[in-house]
Amino acid sequence: MIQLAIEIPYWGQSLLRVLGGLVAVLLPAGTIVYLFLFKMMSFMQSRLGPMEAGPYGSLQLVAEVGKWMQKEDLAPEAADKSIFKIAPLVVLLSTFLLVVVIPFGPDALFTDFEVGIFYGLAVASVSVLGILIAGWASANKYSLLGGLRAAGQLIAYELPMVLATLGVVIQAGSMNLQNIVVAQNTGEIFGWGGIGNPYIFTQFIGFLIFMIAVQAELTQAPFDMPIAESELVSGYMTEYSGFRFLIFFIAEFATAGVFALIASVLFLGGWGIPFDWFGWDTIDSVDNWMNVAGPLIMFTKMLVLTFIIMWVRFSFPRFREDQLQTFAWKVLIPLALANTAITAIFKVVF
Amino acid sequence: MTSLSDRQQLSYIASQAADARLNVELETEGMTLNIGPQHPATHGTLRIICRLDGEQVVWAEPSAGYMHRGYEKLTEVRTFPQVTTLVNRIDWLGSFANEVPFILAAEKLMEIEAPPRAQVIRTILFELSRIANVSLFLGDLGVQMGAITPVFLAFRDREYVLNLIESATGGRFHPNFDRIGGLKDDLPKGWIDETRQVMVKLREFCDIIEDLLFGNEIFQSRMRGIGIIPADVAKDYGLSGANLRASGVDFDLRRDQQLPMAWDKADWKVWTHPDGDSWARCWIRLQETRESCKIVEQLLDQVPAGPIMTKVPRIIKVPEGEAWVSTENPLGEMGYYVVSKGDLGPFRVKIRSASFNNISIVPWALKGVYVPDIITILASLYFILGDIDR
Amino acid sequence: MAVAPLSDATDTATDSAEQPQALPGDGLREGIIDDLRRRIGDAIVDTHITPNDDLWIRVRTDAWRQTAEALKAAGFTFFSFISGLDWLPSPYGKGEEDPTAEPQEPDTEIRQGVTGGDTRFQVFARLVDLDRHVGVTIKADVPDEPFAVDSWTTVFAGANWHERETHEMFGIGFNGHPDLRNMYLPTDFEGYPLRKDFPLLARMIKPWPGIVDVEPMPVEDEADAEPATSESDTA
Repeated sequence: MIQLAIEIPYWGQSLLRVLGGLVAVLLPAGTIVYLFLFKMMSFMQSRLGPMEAGPYGSLQLVAEVGKWMQKEDLAPEAADKSIFKIAPLVVLLSTFLLVVVIPFGPDALFTDFEVGIFYGLAVASVSVLGILIAGWASANKYSLLGGLRAAGQLIAYELPMVLATLGVVIQAGSMNLQNIVVAQNTGEIFGWGGIGNPYIFTQFIGFLIFMIAVQAELTQAPFDMPIAESELVSGYMTEYSGFRFLIFFIAEFATAGVFALIASVLFLGGWGIPFDWFGWDTIDSVDNWMNVAGPLIMFTKMLVLTFIIMWVRFSFPRFREDQLQTFAWKVLIPLALANTAITAIFKVVF
Repeated sequence: MTSLSDRQQLSYIASQAADARLNVELETEGMTLNIGPQHPATHGTLRIICRLDGEQVVWAEPSAGYMHRGYEKLTEVRTFPQVTTLVNRIDWLGSFANEVPFILAAEKLMEIEAPPRAQVIRTILFELSRIANVSLFLGDLGVQMGAITPVFLAFRDREYVLNLIESATGGRFHPNFDRIGGLKDDLPKGWIDETRQVMVKLREFCDIIEDLLFGNEIFQSRMRGIGIIPADVAKDYGLSGANLRASGVDFDLRRDQQLPMAWDKADWKVWTHPDGDSWARCWIRLQETRESCKIVEQLLDQVPAGPIMTKVPRIIKVPEGEAWVSTENPLGEMGYYVVSKGDLGPFRVKIRSASFNNISIVPWALKGVYVPDIITILASLYFILGDIDR
Repeated sequence: MAVAPLSDATDTATDSAEQPQALPGDGLREGIIDDLRRRIGDAIVDTHITPNDDLWIRVRTDAWRQTAEALKAAGFTFFSFISGLDWLPSPYGKGEEDPTAEPQEPDTEIRQGVTGGDTRFQVFARLVDLDRHVGVTIKADVPDEPFAVDSWTTVFAGANWHERETHEMFGIGFNGHPDLRNMYLPTDFEGYPLRKDFPLLARMIKPWPGIVDVEPMPVEDEADAEPATSESDTA
């Protein structure tokens, strides 16, 4: 727990954790939507983006949220109402469950699981359920098609993601995300600890596979067959409007942010800067101010990775479903397995 | 064989029946999907009824007519000059190009020819509308495939061409500029230089699109080998324009027939492709845009001085007769069969629009393809609803 | 590019001196007619050539499909369109006359166009030979009973949609067409819109606001080089 001057009762701590969780999920979502979706995409497409709401369109987010929230709560008549309503919440739930294991500082974390990454990957699959039931419960053939495509795609790309993280786990020697961060920041490359040992150098194949799998898990282009705007209107989200669509929207970008956070923990050294710079040895000798700087560093790394995710999204056309599956099963998984094997060999040998 | 008690047999039968019910409910064979009439992928209100087996199309049938405006009936109650206002709106992206075959048919019946200056300017405007039309196609192609960025570049660069057309004719989309015997007005001052600059920009746009879209591996894997139409099937259905040339048929109405237009004054190439798949159709349109830029640049150097309009009577009465003129419009071959009885207006006009034939091949082309390929094939065949429905 | 005036059953080479002579280049079209005559013989009722420009052939109604097959074998493999013609002058006039003036007696004489004809309705189609760059317009009479011709769908698959549209607009039946339903109009639509006796309701309800003013403009020097524009409203 953070050492503060005052003693916070347990309920206060829990409240802080809940608020922290909300911030950790919603702040990335908001930043990604405004910065990348509104502004960066617009500039790449030689237009300005929203400029009306607030200076340079900065209040556009507020306007968007307000717009979605004041819409009528519609559900198709033939839809399975209870499941229809639960589906977006399930997708958002998985994001919240995922952010719980991410460390933001030496003491700034929600929980400290020994099997952190294992839990994280398991819980990330809960969103698949949400998408599937959204597609089914909408009583709409387009949604059904989108949901079925999503099922196939998301399950197919879970495997490369898991296998890519295996290499990191082998190299760090632990599934605990905090230990992975420490291992990267105390590590040395050929005896030089100047930049620590972020696993992106040794695990660059794993990093690539992880980022591609993340792109697919988020159903972003080029893997957005489930949404496929020019064919299925909106895929599994077609029948959702108003607040429910807002939940899907937030969930999509929040998940992008959270996956980027996990990727920065796994590959970029997480909240840490190389311990060598300040002469720290272990996690306990890290200064307290890292608990404040850590989240900021994480945020920056998350922005970098999300920039890449969004950049790819705006540039590429989409894969067809069978090409997508071929790519996952015949290219990514063998590559990830090879990466794991090589990592294991190197770990044993060196 | 062990003997089952009655109760066991009954429960076994009941479980089989329950399974059967479940299987029937989850059956995805024969699912009928309506693509359209409101749909982001169709260029307008086209409805395609598909019967799917999972993700494969078993049977597809376009249902056109949501935009049928009855042009052929309307032309019978118009005078000849008034018909140009109607036919502008058939292919609303290739604006000027719609008017030209009709005006040429009327001029053929009247046995007059527009003066050389008007012919050259008509050709330039024709090619400009081709560029405007096809550049939108290239941008829209990206959107159909999922790449959302090229369409903004396409619209941005298309604005230059539309501004040119507007400064010459007064209308961006419906210029209504062609007159029997010539053109309505002469070009404004500085138009020729501005057009030269715009052509440079358009060539850059073509290069960008080639890099961004056509060079993309995902795009290529979506388009290559999809929707192959052999040449004899294409000719049977009357596909025209880039669709026909993509199947290897070397036929271009600008080069292969004699019309009082200025295409023979420029040096340009007809592009064909042997494959006949969606990639070929789209790629040929890209090359044709470049050729159009080339034609415009060459013709701009050759605009002769002279009048814009021959002497025609104030009230135009076209002598009795029948005439057929077709031109290589941006979408394909567009032709008008004009029957005149010597009145102020036509007796019957048959409008042969390119997209009608282009889309008639859809039931044949969509058999056995995946749902995403429906969009690919439709996008590559390229139709405008106003052209199908008239 | 002279257009030969209308006449019945003329072949340019045999007509009187007032017709322009067939220029040397038009051996092509005459050759096409001869070739077709060899294939289908007396099914050709009438032909018309505009020298170096275009070719019309009218065939007997029962040889409609046979003509298509013969032409396809002769190299006309590109199918352009099929449509219909209704030669009855519109009994409603054009709706462009001054509504305060006396209504004219509508002209009821049916005069068929180029290559003549005997019936009120005709079907016509266009085929193109892509190698020789020449097209031909084929016409056939449609008798009143049975009001149908043979379908071309066995010869050109693309005829399917065109015949559907012609049937919908004129009512002409096509024997052997697999699926003759409406193309544009709803299935329960009554009437055949492109027939001349089918009124254009918009004109019935109110007169055309842009009535053509036949009076010439006063004080206009017609001899100068200003381009002449037509009077009617074209904006």
